[in-house]
Amino acid sequence: MTDRLPGFDTLAIHAGAAPDAATGARATPIYQTTSFVFDDVDHAASLFGLQAFGNIYSRIGNPTCSVLEERVAALEGGTAALAVASGHAAEFLTFHTLLQPGDEFIAARKLYGGSINQFNHAYKNFGWNVVWADSDDPSSFEAAITPRTKAIFVESIANPGGVIVDLQAIAAIAKKHRIPFIVDNTMASPYLIRPFEHGADIIVHSATKFLGGHGNSVGGLIVDGGSFNFAGDDRYPMLSKPRPEYGGMVLAETFGNFGFAIAARVLGLRDLGPALSPFNAFLILNGIETLPLRMQRHSDNALAVAEHLANHSKVSWVSYPGLRSDRYHNLAKQYCPKGAGAVFTFGLKGGYEAGVKLVSNLKLFSHLANIGDTRSLVIHPASTTHRQLSDEQKTQAGAGPEVVRLSIGLEDKEDLIEDLNQALDAA
Amino acid sequence: MLIELPCPIPYGLAMDHSNYPNDYIRGILNSVKTIALVGASANPARPSWIVTKYLLERGYDVIPVNPGIAGTELLGKKVYGSLAEVPGPIDMVEIFRNSEAAGPLTDEALALDPLPKVIWMQLSVRNDEAAARAEAKGIKVVMDRCPKIEFGRLSGEISWQGVNSRMLSSKKPVLSGKGFQKLGLNRP
Repeated sequence: MTDRLPGFDTLAIHAGAAPDAATGARATPIYQTTSFVFDDVDHAASLFGLQAFGNIYSRIGNPTCSVLEERVAALEGGTAALAVASGHAAEFLTFHTLLQPGDEFIAARKLYGGSINQFNHAYKNFGWNVVWADSDDPSSFEAAITPRTKAIFVESIANPGGVIVDLQAIAAIAKKHRIPFIVDNTMASPYLIRPFEHGADIIVHSATKFLGGHGNSVGGLIVDGGSFNFAGDDRYPMLSKPRPEYGGMVLAETFGNFGFAIAARVLGLRDLGPALSPFNAFLILNGIETLPLRMQRHSDNALAVAEHLANHSKVSWVSYPGLRSDRYHNLAKQYCPKGAGAVFTFGLKGGYEAGVKLVSNLKLFSHLANIGDTRSLVIHPASTTHRQLSDEQKTQAGAGPEVVRLSIGLEDKEDLIEDLNQALDAA
Repeated sequence: MLIELPCPIPYGLAMDHSNYPNDYIRGILNSVKTIALVGASANPARPSWIVTKYLLERGYDVIPVNPGIAGTELLGKKVYGSLAEVPGPIDMVEIFRNSEAAGPLTDEALALDPLPKVIWMQLSVRNDEAAARAEAKGIKVVMDRCPKIEFGRLSGEISWQGVNSRMLSSKKPVLSGKGFQKLGLNRP
């Protein structure tokens, strides 16, 4: 008796993107405009008062960006989403909606280095205090909870690659203590892992990576799972208290199970301003149409390359959960049976010098600080992103002198293996 | 429309109130004209005021009902103290009160002559016993839904806010009324 739900691949192409109402254009148009005319004065008042659905100004919302928002909300199985200028902006607006000065949140230690910096330094200016926990030990999250804890944050597949987080175990702790559980799903993408099905309340993305997938556009998304009831919860005044900006409206009551996404838009994006450009939204949308095909190929290629490296005489270890011998292999089978993603690290017997030589000698892999491109990418963290850290700090961050990180692209896997072989021979 | 397979309710089967087919909701929103909105607030920050305004703008004849402000005007419409005081037939009673209050309000609606065609309980309002009493009289019931959200979802307007409408379509939305920012319920 219910309307049949379409499959993931169909959603990746169609969700949010009906033909354009004004022109019939079938591809989503790039609405490269700052502003939108009002139908009349009363309509303008309704839009500003959040009483009608519609477009005002592209810092707050834009029809190209809203197609991207609905697309990702549908792929993740959420109630609504908000597109923003970057993954960092997605994290920032998420915490801005949940935290007040003096509040705390608990984050997994294994995270993208940029997120670690953001939490350790930038957020201190707002009085938002990060407390670190060990994603390999879910009980460490429970031990870190205090009355000021407002959120728990992890990555589903964690940086620097090769780490699968037990989402259900941490979600159970979050639920028991009534704390919103935020999952950064950038590395997995909803094709490999759908965190709402494992108890997440909010998902953030750097769309720059696998959603866009072609290394051409920076962007971010916040997805509301609709599962956390903020109404009447005094710990979250942005959602549960009358907002003076909107005549005393209570957002969690007015917008129900997509109130979080609306609050992030009308209190966060509106006032802080990290809006996504419609052109970037268009390119990311184009990327998402092939997300299922690309993620499968990324994962299949990565497994082939990881298996090859694991047997290479110059390689001391490979950390990829797709490998049967990997410590995260069972979690990978549970959470991402289709594949363990594109990104992983390995160690060189020759240490720091061998790492520097390897990146210099590669001809197909690009030496740069990104992941999730069609092209295969390589970085030697100890000589680049982590070079300012002490040796001990490098090792703790999973960026010891011998560590190389790969983001495997969509090329022929034989070509990738040959490129690595010739570079390793010379290293 | 891909996800909108025809799904009439088989005769004799009760409506699944956790999962309304799109056609059921669209059929209601397409057929009703006069809506008595019980629990209408004069405060523009309240959801009931917002829904009243939105439905008026979509061409529905919304009649506010609230004993606390009976006799005043709300958005240009006279406010009545009870359903029984509303002159003329009511197509749909929209209940903007809590789940418990929805019981006696449903009985008030069932005492109307002629009977309303639809009893709609707002998002977060659900009273299965009251729904059964109404359905026994052939009245369609919707519970725990917002007519503004449902109109926005089925028309496509809600997608402008990044909300997952759970609708896929290869047919373009229909502009409704003057201007560019109102969409209609019925795609070609």
